[in-house]
Amino acid sequence: MTALTKAPSELAPAAAAPVSAALIGQPIPRLEDAAILTGQARYTDDLPIKPGTLHAAILRSPHAHAEILGIDVQAARAMKGVAAVVTGEDAKRFAAPFLVGVRAPMEHWCLAVDRVRYPGEPVAVVLADDRYLAEDALDRIEVRYRPLPVVMSIDQALSGDGEPLHPAVGSNIVNTRPFGYGDVNAAFEAAEHRISTTVQYPRNSCTPMECFVVMADYDQADGAYEVLSNFSGPFAIHPVMAKALKVPGSKLRLKLPPNSGGSFGNKQAVFPYIVIMGVCARVAGRPVKWVEDRLEHLMAATSATARRTDLEAAVSGDGRILGLRMEQTDDVGAYLRAPEPASLYRNHGNLTGAYRIPALDVVNRLAVTNKTPTGLNRGFGGGQLYFAIERLMHRIAVTLGLDPLDVIRRNLVPAAEMPYTTASGGILDSGDFLAAVEAATTDGGLDELKARRDKARAEGRLYGIGYAAIVEPSISNMGYITTVLTADERRKAGPKNGAQASATVSVDPTGGVTVTVASAPQGQGHRTVLSQVVAEVFGLRLGDIAVNTEFDTAKDAWSIAAGNYSSRFAGAVAGTAHIAATRLRDKLAKLAASQLNVTPEDIRFAGGRVFAAGNPDNSLSFSRVAAAGHWSPGTLADGTEAALRETAFWTPPPLKAPTEADIINSSACYGFVFDICAVEIDPVTAQVRIDKYVTMHDAGRILNPLMVEGQILGAFAHAVGTALYEEYAYGSDGRFLSGTFADYLVPTACEVPVPVMLHRESPSPFTPLGAKGVGEGNSMSTPVCIANAVADALGMDISTLPLTPARIAALIEKPEVARPASLDAAPPKAPAIAGGRGLQGEGTRTVPASPEQVWAILLDPKELAALLPGCDALDLAGPNAYRAEVVVGIGPVRARYLAEVELTDLDPPRALTLSGRGSSALGFGEGSGHVTLEATADGTRVVYRYDAAVGGKVAAVGGRMLDSATRMLIGQFFDRLIARAGGPAAVETSPSLLTRLLRLLGLRP
Amino acid sequence: MKPAPFDYLRAASAEEALAALAEHGDEARILAGGQSLMPMLNMRLLQPRIIVDVSAIAELGKIDARDGHLAVGASVTQSGLMASSDLATRSPLLAGALPWVGHFQTRNRGTVCGSVAHADPSAEIPLCLVALEGEVVLRSARRRRTVVAETFFIGPLTTLRKPDEMIEAVRFRLPKPGAGHAFREVAMRHGDFAITACAAVVDADRIRLAVGGVGDRPVARNWPILKGDALDDALNAFAWELGGDDDQHATARYRRDLVRRVGRLVIEEARSCQA
Repeated sequence: MTALTKAPSELAPAAAAPVSAALIGQPIPRLEDAAILTGQARYTDDLPIKPGTLHAAILRSPHAHAEILGIDVQAARAMKGVAAVVTGEDAKRFAAPFLVGVRAPMEHWCLAVDRVRYPGEPVAVVLADDRYLAEDALDRIEVRYRPLPVVMSIDQALSGDGEPLHPAVGSNIVNTRPFGYGDVNAAFEAAEHRISTTVQYPRNSCTPMECFVVMADYDQADGAYEVLSNFSGPFAIHPVMAKALKVPGSKLRLKLPPNSGGSFGNKQAVFPYIVIMGVCARVAGRPVKWVEDRLEHLMAATSATARRTDLEAAVSGDGRILGLRMEQTDDVGAYLRAPEPASLYRNHGNLTGAYRIPALDVVNRLAVTNKTPTGLNRGFGGGQLYFAIERLMHRIAVTLGLDPLDVIRRNLVPAAEMPYTTASGGILDSGDFLAAVEAATTDGGLDELKARRDKARAEGRLYGIGYAAIVEPSISNMGYITTVLTADERRKAGPKNGAQASATVSVDPTGGVTVTVASAPQGQGHRTVLSQVVAEVFGLRLGDIAVNTEFDTAKDAWSIAAGNYSSRFAGAVAGTAHIAATRLRDKLAKLAASQLNVTPEDIRFAGGRVFAAGNPDNSLSFSRVAAAGHWSPGTLADGTEAALRETAFWTPPPLKAPTEADIINSSACYGFVFDICAVEIDPVTAQVRIDKYVTMHDAGRILNPLMVEGQILGAFAHAVGTALYEEYAYGSDGRFLSGTFADYLVPTACEVPVPVMLHRESPSPFTPLGAKGVGEGNSMSTPVCIANAVADALGMDISTLPLTPARIAALIEKPEVARPASLDAAPPKAPAIAGGRGLQGEGTRTVPASPEQVWAILLDPKELAALLPGCDALDLAGPNAYRAEVVVGIGPVRARYLAEVELTDLDPPRALTLSGRGSSALGFGEGSGHVTLEATADGTRVVYRYDAAVGGKVAAVGGRMLDSATRMLIGQFFDRLIARAGGPAAVETSPSLLTRLLRLLGLRP
Repeated sequence: MKPAPFDYLRAASAEEALAALAEHGDEARILAGGQSLMPMLNMRLLQPRIIVDVSAIAELGKIDARDGHLAVGASVTQSGLMASSDLATRSPLLAGALPWVGHFQTRNRGTVCGSVAHADPSAEIPLCLVALEGEVVLRSARRRRTVVAETFFIGPLTTLRKPDEMIEAVRFRLPKPGAGHAFREVAMRHGDFAITACAAVVDADRIRLAVGGVGDRPVARNWPILKGDALDDALNAFAWELGGDDDQHATARYRRDLVRRVGRLVIEEARSCQA
C-alpha cells in the first residue's frame, strides 16, 4: 500500500523515464473516508439555508384508504410562527399529477386530493419559522375522513374483490402484459416433467442512514424553481418533476450535495417531496426546507415491490429446463410512481437468469394496494426474480432426486456461447459461469460443508446447504421500462433506449485536474475510483485529482440516464471519465508534441512529466503543458484547440429499444454471482444461524478490489436482512406496523457473518474499462440462497421471506400441547395469522346486577360516559349516538381523541353493539363490540366480542402492545361497569344508583 | 420527530424532584437515562409539561446490598450495575440478564429504575425484578412506600406508580444460599425486545420461573421441585395462562412454545448451577 501512496515522481530515478504505478485495479483505500469518519463531511442537512427559510412538517394520513371529506387548517394557520398551510387544493392550483408509466386513468398528486390511499400519504404541509412550531401546528389541523375498505395483498388485488383504489381504472390490477419468446408449448409437450412453484416476496427496503432532505425556492420573477436535495437519480425523473410543477426542465434547477448518507436507490423516491416543497415555496413566497424523519421514512418513503411469482417449468429427465411459464405480479403500492414499473421490467432481458432456457412465456401484472408506493432499492427487481427462479431450481432437484448443484450446472449458459442472447433479448456479455461455480465449490470448501452437514444430520440436527446462481445486470437500458407498453403504444411515444453517461475532466492553470460526473456518490467511492482512473491516464498522483461530486442540472453535463442507480458507476460513469480524460490527454499530447518536436503518438505521461517516448529527458512538467491553454493560448499552433476541459458522453452500444416482438436487452452488462450457504436451525427457537457463506463474483474488470469487497459486504448485509429479518408489515386493517427500527429489524454486526468472497474477472466487451456492476448482486442472490439452505435443512418448501423464527417454527411444529382443562376461561380468541389482522378478541365478565340494570347503565349517556376510559361527558349527536372528547392512554402515552360513540342493534335487555371511532394527533382508533347480557344467579353474565382497528403513529411504533393495550382499555370499561352496578368497589353507592337507574327505566317512581 | 414544548428541571436533590412531581403530577415525567423517554418525546407520544431530570442526584446513584436485598438507586445506569463489584455473586441472575438489555451504548445511559418505571412487557430488568421477588421503593413528597414487584406491573407501560411518586430505588432479593439462577431470551436480533424471556430461580424446595414478552407484564410461577412430565405439564399450563398475542414478529403459539421449551431449559440450567 505504501508504494501506492508515495508520489510516482518520487519513485522515478532521475535518469530513467518517469513511471507511474498502475492505479486502475489497485486496492486503494477510500480517499473520502477520512472526512466521513471524522464528521467533516457535509450532508444536505448541514448545508446553509437561504435567509428567511421556512421549515416544513407534513401531516400524513393515519388511514390506509379513506375519502377526505374536509380539511380545516384555520387553527393551524393562526398559530404564531406559522407562515402557511399547504394542502391538495394548492397542489391542484400550482401542480399537475405525476406522469404514470402505463396507460391507465390514475391520478397521483403530490398532496392528497379527495382521497388517501396509503398510511402516511402526505395530506398537508405546515410551513413555520422552525420545525418545532410546524409540528405543533400539525396537531391543530383537522381532517375529516371517511374510511374505505382496504386492499392489503397481491392475492386480494388479483381476486378482483375489494374497493378499487382508482375507480376510473375499475380494477386493482392496473396493467397486464403477456409476452411470448420461443415455442413454450412445444417445450412442455416434449418435456418429461412439469415442475411448478409459487413464491411471495415481501416488502422491504434498504433504509439509508440519511433520510430525505429538500430545500426549495421559487423565483417569482423567473417563474423558476431551485432545489437542493439528496436526490439520486435517475434523471429521467427530472422531466416528471418539471411536468408536475408545470415548468420546462430549464426552470427546475436541481442541485445535489457533495456527500450522501446512503441511498441504495431509495433517494430516488424523494422526488414527490421535491414537487411538494416546490409548491410550498411558491405558496409561501419564501424558501422552504424539509428533513424527513425516520418514522416518515419507514412508513411512507418507498419500498421494494412485493411480488407473487408463479413458475411452471418444462424439465427434462436430467433436470434441464426446456421452457418456462412465468407469471409475475408486483405490488406497487397505492400509485404507480416513476420510475415504476421499473422493478418488474428491469430484469426483462435476464428473466431466465444465468440459464440457457430457450422458450419463455411471461405474464406481468401490476397490482395497486393501500401501501406505500414502491421504487428503487438495491437489487431492485432482482431479489424478487431470483427468489422465484432459484427456488424453482432447488425444487427441480428435490422433485427429481438430483443434487441441486448439478441442476444448476446443467442449465448454466456455457462459456462457448458468450455473448449469449437470452430468450427475451438480454445479451449476457462475458464470463465462464461453470468455471466460476467449480472454483467456488473448490475454494469455498463445499466438500467440508457437506461433511459438516452429514455429521450434523447424523446427530439429528437441522443443517442445510443452499445455492444460488444469478446474473447481475448493470447499466440499465432507459428503454426497458417501455416494454410495459405495447409495440403500438411505443411507436406512438417514440423510441427509448441507451444509457447516456457523462463526465467532465478539466485542467487548471497550476496543472491540477478536476473531475465531475453526473452521478451522486452513495458509497461507491466516487472520489477514489475517479481519481484512480484519471490519475492513471495523466500519469499523475491520486492527490493531483480533485473529484467534485456536487451536481447541478443548470451547469453540469447530464442526460436523463444520469444519476446513481442500476450499478452504473463502475461500468458507465468511471468508464466515461476515462474517455474524457483520454481525450483531454490526447489534446495535451498534441500541444506537448509541438513543443518537444516529436509526434503526438510519441508523447508519454508519467510521474507528473510529459515526455518523448524515445528520449525521456526531452520533457515538460505536466503543469506546464496543462497551463498553456490558460496562460498562453496565443502560442498555440493555428487550428489547435486549447486543452482545458473535455466532456464525454457515452452510451453502451448494445442498448437498443424494445423490438416489435418485445425483445429487449435491458442492461448493458451482466456479472455472474454464485453463492453457497450453509445454515443450521436451532431446534428450540427455530432461529437460523448462517454457518458459512461463500460468494463468487465475476464483475468484469475490477477497478478497485477494496471497493468491490465493500460493495459485496454491503449488499450481503442488506440481503441477510431481507432473508431473515426485514419486512414492512401491515395489519389486514391497513395499519402500518414497522415505524421504528425496533420493529423494522435491520441486522447489525452481531447478525451478519463475513462471507468468503471469491472473484473472477471476465471483462465486459461493452464498457470502456471492461468493468461491470457489483453492488447489487448479493441483494439478488443471497436471500434465495439462504432460503434454499433453510429448505434443505428442513426438507421443506420455502415460499416467502423473511424467515423469522416464528415462520420457521410454524413449518416444523407439531400440533400444540393441549390447553389443560384445569384452567378457567378460554383466553381471548387469538387470530390465526401474525402480522395480518385487525385487533380482535372476546371475553366474559359477571356483573352483580340484573340484565335490566346493566342495560339501563349502558343506555344512559351519563353512565356510559363514566364507563368509557378518559371520557368526561357524551354529547348527544343522534338517537343513541354521541360525540365526545376522550383522553385515551396506555401508561404515559396519551392522546385526546375526538370520538363518536354509537349504540346499535338494540335488543333490550339482551344484546347491543357499542361502537366508536376517534382521531387524534397520534392516529385514529375505531372499534365495535357486540355485547350480550344473560341473567345468572350472580347477576348478569356479559359476553363481548370486539373488533378494533388502530392506525397512524401509535400503531406504527407500538404494534407489539396494541392487543394487550386494547384488552386493558376494555378491561377498564368492565371494571367500571361492575363497580357502577354494585360490584365490590362501589357497594355503598349501589342502592341509590340502582334506585336512580330503575327510576330512569320507569320501573320505579 | 421533534418534542412538543416542555419545561426542564435538572433536580439537584430528591426533594426538589419530588416537589416538582407534587406540583405537576401527571404533567411531569422523570428523565433518568432517557432511552425510552426521549424517543417517545420526539415522536410526541408523550407531551409532558415538565421533564424532571434525576440523573444528577448523587443520593440516587447508590448500589447497596443490605437487608437481604440489592438496592439500586434511581440514577444508576444499567452498565453501572453491570460493572458493580461482585454482581455475579450478589445477583447471578442480573449478571446473566443485563447483557441482554439493549446494547452497550444504550446501557451506558439507560437506568435500572427507568426500565422498571417504563414497564415494557418484554423488558429484561422488570422480569428479573419479578423473578427475584423484588420490590419497588416509591417516594413522594409526602411518604415513602414499598410495593412488591409482582403487583407493581399492571399492564403494558402501566404500573402502580402514582403521578407524584418517583421510583427511588428497586430492591432485588439477594440469592439464597445454594440457589441456582438462569436467564435466557429469544429475540429477533441481539438487543431487541424479547419475543420471550425466561428467568429461573431454583433452590432446595422450589422452582420459580418468570416469563416476559408473552403476557402484558412479567409473570412468575412457583412450583415444588417438579421433574419430567410433571414439569412439562406445569410449563404447558403456564404457557396457556399467559396466552400471548400474535404480532408482526411472532405468533402467540410460538411464544407459548418458547415458554415450554426455553422455560424448561432455564430451569434445568438453574438446577445445574445450584451450589
